[in-house]
Amino acid sequence: MRKKNLLDEILIPFLAVITALFIGAFVILWSGQSPLFAYLVLFKGSLGSLRGISETIVNTTPLIFTGLAVAFAFRCGLFNIGGEGQYIVGLMAAAVAGFAIKGLPSFLHIMVVIAAGGLAGGLWASIPGILKAKLGVHEVINTIMMNYIALYTTHYLVNGPFKAEGPLPVTPRIQPTAELYRFSPIMRANTGIFIALLCAVVAYYLLWETTLGYEIRAVGLNQSAAEYGGISVPKNMVLAMIISGAFAGIAGSVQVAGVQHRFYDIFSFTGYGFDGIAVALLGRNHPLGVVFAALLFGILATGSMQMQSVAGIPKEVTGLIQFMIIIFVIADELIRYIYRVKKKEVVANG
Amino acid sequence: MVEPVIQMKGITKTFPGIKANDDIDLTVLRGEIHALLGENGAGKTTLMNILYGLYQQDSGEIFLKGKKVEINNPNDAINLGIGMVHQHFMLIEPFTVTENIILGSEPVKNGMIDIKKAEKQVEALAKKYGLKVEPSAKVKDISVGMQQRVEILKALYKGADILILDEPTAVLTPQEVDELIVIMDNLVEQGKSIVFITHKLKEVMRVSHRVTVIRKGKVIDTLETSQTTPQELAEKMVGRKVLLRVEKKEKQPGRTILKVENLRAVDNRGVPVLKGINLEVKEGEILGIAGVDGNGQTELVETLTGLRRISGGSIRMLGEDINNLNPREVFEKGVAHIPEDRQKRGLILEYSVAENLILGRHYKSPISKGIRINHSSIRETAKNLIKEYDIRTPGEKVMAKTLSGGNQQKVIIAREFSKQPVLIVAAQPTRGLDVGAIEFVHKKLVKMRDEGKGILLISFELDEILSLSDRIAVIYEGEIIGEVDAKKTTEEELGLMMAGHKGGIIGEEKKSVG
Repeated sequence: MRKKNLLDEILIPFLAVITALFIGAFVILWSGQSPLFAYLVLFKGSLGSLRGISETIVNTTPLIFTGLAVAFAFRCGLFNIGGEGQYIVGLMAAAVAGFAIKGLPSFLHIMVVIAAGGLAGGLWASIPGILKAKLGVHEVINTIMMNYIALYTTHYLVNGPFKAEGPLPVTPRIQPTAELYRFSPIMRANTGIFIALLCAVVAYYLLWETTLGYEIRAVGLNQSAAEYGGISVPKNMVLAMIISGAFAGIAGSVQVAGVQHRFYDIFSFTGYGFDGIAVALLGRNHPLGVVFAALLFGILATGSMQMQSVAGIPKEVTGLIQFMIIIFVIADELIRYIYRVKKKEVVANG
Repeated sequence: MVEPVIQMKGITKTFPGIKANDDIDLTVLRGEIHALLGENGAGKTTLMNILYGLYQQDSGEIFLKGKKVEINNPNDAINLGIGMVHQHFMLIEPFTVTENIILGSEPVKNGMIDIKKAEKQVEALAKKYGLKVEPSAKVKDISVGMQQRVEILKALYKGADILILDEPTAVLTPQEVDELIVIMDNLVEQGKSIVFITHKLKEVMRVSHRVTVIRKGKVIDTLETSQTTPQELAEKMVGRKVLLRVEKKEKQPGRTILKVENLRAVDNRGVPVLKGINLEVKEGEILGIAGVDGNGQTELVETLTGLRRISGGSIRMLGEDINNLNPREVFEKGVAHIPEDRQKRGLILEYSVAENLILGRHYKSPISKGIRINHSSIRETAKNLIKEYDIRTPGEKVMAKTLSGGNQQKVIIAREFSKQPVLIVAAQPTRGLDVGAIEFVHKKLVKMRDEGKGILLISFELDEILSLSDRIAVIYEGEIIGEVDAKKTTEEELGLMMAGHKGGIIGEEKKSVG
């Protein structure tokens, strides 16, 4: 029973990916290129060299966090579209903690930076969480609005109070003690990936090994029954949003501490928050699934740059493939139909 | 020899993992009321859905008046003169009775619906078959009994000769059931045939000419109703000997456990639904609340269990106020709750049986240890309860949604009764269950009563109220309009009270108030 379920959970996303790549091949063919060559470049570019692998890791890391954020909230029945905003406030909080605090030992400083981003993201997400829990205002609307507030607030901060000296709208560089260790001086990959993996473990632990997780999942599956079972629906919704937001916020911390080393003004959304939705969907809202889905998207993101520069295929093609994957995952009935995968139906009292 | 109107031969229908109908033969004669008797999940509704064109059989044939027919959708069925009244009515509430009846085959004059003509047609039809309805009333304003008559008229208007009634009495008061039976007799007298789906033995005995018993998708037997007994039917239906009567010892009730005074509450739209409820439950007694669905039962249960705020009055447990406590606090005071909707309230269907069995005490030791949830303790608790309450499940890890209705209810009962409650609020504890499962639930409730728990039983099934309760209070439009001794009252008296006529002991005293 369990095993069959698990197989199903892996099989559908896998078939969705294959199908999307297959359709993508025709798009490439249509643009006058060889799909085989294009895909070769794509995978070689992202996994075929140390530099490629490094960039793939860099692109994967924030997606694991934002994917976890979306998945965690979803387990409580909440659709957190605000990963983007929570990520942005996380970036800013981490950048400030990184440059303003001085004289801490490196390990401690990094912890403080991570905590700052997590706290900022959690607080940011708590607002739509509270509005949903107390007033029933739909979280989708509010998280989207909070994205814009985050964008414009940080836009002000980086051009005003926290602006570094010089012409550019950036914050000062963070202290060296706040920087995450890079595996090589000429590459950007850093220990942030381990923090991401650790967070996946934490998410799993919280959801399935704690009383809180039992309550959060109960609320997500059946609010009436949860309430009946003495579980506070509002409390768990707010908590789930805070934890969700913290994951997205930490994505910002790790990005600052590992890659950017400062906050750069953001003119339009980075997309990490939104891609997190896709990652969570593909990963079936399971932390392990999220890790693999993020990796796939990391590979596509890295490889598409190569595809564009080497094979001359616009990187939008991989975007197209990404979103086809998502459509197929959501429309899993379609995948089941194409590949004749039977659904295990349970007929109770018919 | 009366001619057969419907012959279903060798009907087989398989759903993934289950054979809902297995080589079923059914013959319905002209002018007969044919009862289709079986437990939930036996396959009776599936069979009728095939006849009505909602499902297609995998194999087997259907003959109408001797001619083989293909029924691919309900339209085919209607054209062949087959009509079905579903358990849940398919009416448009803001439309009038007439508008609902003519829907889909409206009489038209100059491109407009000729509502005058339609009303006349409806009136004539209603008169012919003795169905009392108000053609111009809106469906939302009429009683459930009348809504059902509208459904029957809808089928007749479309020319039905064969009527399928799916559990038609489930939503009716005893008086409405009587009226329905008169209507059914009327219909068959005029040459219509009726297939009557039910799991209630009493009704089979009362109205049907012949009865076909189905068990696990197979026809067990077809009998002349006059040649059989309820006991025989029950055994054929369940496949073993069953106890139809609840055995209950005399018992002296103890001190008062629950005292509700002048309880008031509003529904989700803010309309007052509880208008000053007074009741009392003592140790070792079952207080039955009789009443037709929608008279405040749901809200009463919710206020008592912390799921709904009260707007006035008081609820006291052993002398202590429990007004507006939350569900967890209410549980800690010793209240167990069997909710009326087991799939929506009582269970998390996508949780395992084990996870469901600890709902409500998941935060307490030994299930919860610090922030951790103790999986081995959950498994242990679950295994014990599965054994003790004879829950039929492949294991404690399977999802609750895969269990049958009876076993789902056992999960809830196991969980609630093992909380060591002082008071048990049991709302529709046997709704939708089959005879075997009902027997189990009733036995357990009586056992809890004998152990000295106080039990508040809310049920729409008068038989259940009468056989289990020590005292019976009748709820009508948010008030207790009377209370009677279960041993001295009759179905007729309760039926009248359920329809709003005051009676009984408290009713007499309160006449000036009401």
